[in-house]
Amino acid sequence: MSDHDYRPKSKVGQWFNDRLPLLTLANHLTDYPTPKNLNYWWTFGGILTFCLITQIVTGLTLAMHYIAHADMAFESVEHIMRDVNYGWLIRYIHANGASMFFLAVYIHIFRSLFYGSYKSPREIIWILGIIIYLLMMAAAFMGYVLPWGQMSFWGATVITNLFSAIPLVGEGIVTWLWGGYSVDNPTLTRFFTLHYLIPFLILGLVVLHIWALHVPGNNNPVGIDIKKPSKDTVPFHPYIVIKDGFALLMFMIVFAFFVFYAPNILGHADNYIEANPMVTPAHIVPEWYLLPFYAILRSVPDKLLGVVAMLSAILILAVLPWLDTSKIRSAVFRPLYKQFYWILVADVLILGYVGAMPAEGLYLLIARVATAYYFLHFLVILPVLGFKEKTLPIPLSITEPVLGGSPNLATARNKESKIE
Amino acid sequence: MSEKKTKRRDFLFTATTAVGAVGAAAVVWPMIDQMNPDASVKALASTEVDVSALTPGNTLTVLWRGKPVFIRRRTKEEIDEARKVKMEDLIHPEKDEDRAKDPEWLVMLGVCTHLGCVPLNDKGDYNGWFCPCHGSHYDTSGRIRKGPAPWNMEVPKYEFVDANTIKIG
Repeated sequence: MSDHDYRPKSKVGQWFNDRLPLLTLANHLTDYPTPKNLNYWWTFGGILTFCLITQIVTGLTLAMHYIAHADMAFESVEHIMRDVNYGWLIRYIHANGASMFFLAVYIHIFRSLFYGSYKSPREIIWILGIIIYLLMMAAAFMGYVLPWGQMSFWGATVITNLFSAIPLVGEGIVTWLWGGYSVDNPTLTRFFTLHYLIPFLILGLVVLHIWALHVPGNNNPVGIDIKKPSKDTVPFHPYIVIKDGFALLMFMIVFAFFVFYAPNILGHADNYIEANPMVTPAHIVPEWYLLPFYAILRSVPDKLLGVVAMLSAILILAVLPWLDTSKIRSAVFRPLYKQFYWILVADVLILGYVGAMPAEGLYLLIARVATAYYFLHFLVILPVLGFKEKTLPIPLSITEPVLGGSPNLATARNKESKIE
Repeated sequence: MSEKKTKRRDFLFTATTAVGAVGAAAVVWPMIDQMNPDASVKALASTEVDVSALTPGNTLTVLWRGKPVFIRRRTKEEIDEARKVKMEDLIHPEKDEDRAKDPEWLVMLGVCTHLGCVPLNDKGDYNGWFCPCHGSHYDTSGRIRKGPAPWNMEVPKYEFVDANTIKIG
């Protein structure tokens, strides 16, 4: 990194930078050497930053019209939809923005899983990411409660009741969370407060996430350590900025499709019925992005163990860098891992599907098998695979396979020798 | 540094830290406790319900402390079914006699002990209640028979004020 010898050109710049080296930071960010083989799966970091800013800006504007009170919340949301200038647009962006945020974060996470981005020396980036993901789920859950519809109310009831599974103190904790004997106005006001706070916590963690990223630098599709700066890198600006910008445009087309053509397709019709503590909707489902974990919760017939399984399914990700014993990062060079990776993707999608279905009969059986496989993948397959798998030879630099025309080294070397 | 001085300093460190910790805890506790039910929530402790219109085989649902309470006037068959169940068949063994002092009247919180949904009347494999959220089946005494819920539906404190009025809480 060229930070240390950077000096602004202008006198004023130098004067300012000596007192607060913001220009050095800006220079670091523009010159930041990036592997030149980053593909479009690497553009989701930028897309996620966009999602976070969008949620904060639309959230702030919605908060100017929303009333956090059990008697008025539902009506104030309808007021936003019908009376407030462009209220419908801002709310639809915010509501669908949450889904887009999760769509992007899942792609981002699965990209890391495929290319081994969580491995040494990037464990801290990964763990910060998991914390951000947990906070995102908390923010999304509390945000879903604010319109005070039937799904809001019963979703809040079910999720807060998860804590009642804790032996001895569980009931006390639930009462404390509610501020009463059921989900009611005190619950709504505190959820609104926390929903407002969490995005800013996420913003802070994102800064740490990027800071931690800039220490070792980006992983890349071949997953090897590279010299920085070198022939294997390009400066972040303009190369990555343009690529990220193009990907963001594509993403915004999808985003806009949902906002303008299918704004309620990801929501649930029951949430347009005002909260009623006397009647539970016939079929309670969380938002789509929480369904795999919901399926895991329901697949265990014991209350406490169900909650433990669901939390473990998320927290197991935090120790992933130590569960995966393979020294090779990228799945490109791990023929067996690559297959198990796609099985895991399918497994999570199946869990998501059965999470949306009633917990009975065949669905329950599938959920149980898929839950068992999920844990098997992380606790057995990954640790064993690191010792058993015969990996393909990795290239010495990014340039090597590129010159040979194949990411697979053997083929690349063959081609090179033919050229010679 | 002599040994005596080190000990004196250790004592000061420990004492300062201890006082600091107590002070911090004293400040943190109000911040935590403010989230517990406040005086106005606690004040809504009891509700009186007129049950004169309730005929056997029907259930009245009333709101108490923000939660639904089921008041079921049970039929002869329901009572018999509840009373003949063997204790060893129950997940959370409780005698029907203890749950319904007057066998005709079953009063309980209409809250599934799994994750707090409201179970549906006259549904499920045991002719009692069925929770649609995660599939818990309750019998005609509101006892958990099948599914993820760990306990029977809770019987709150209640009494008959007169022949037609139940006071809950």
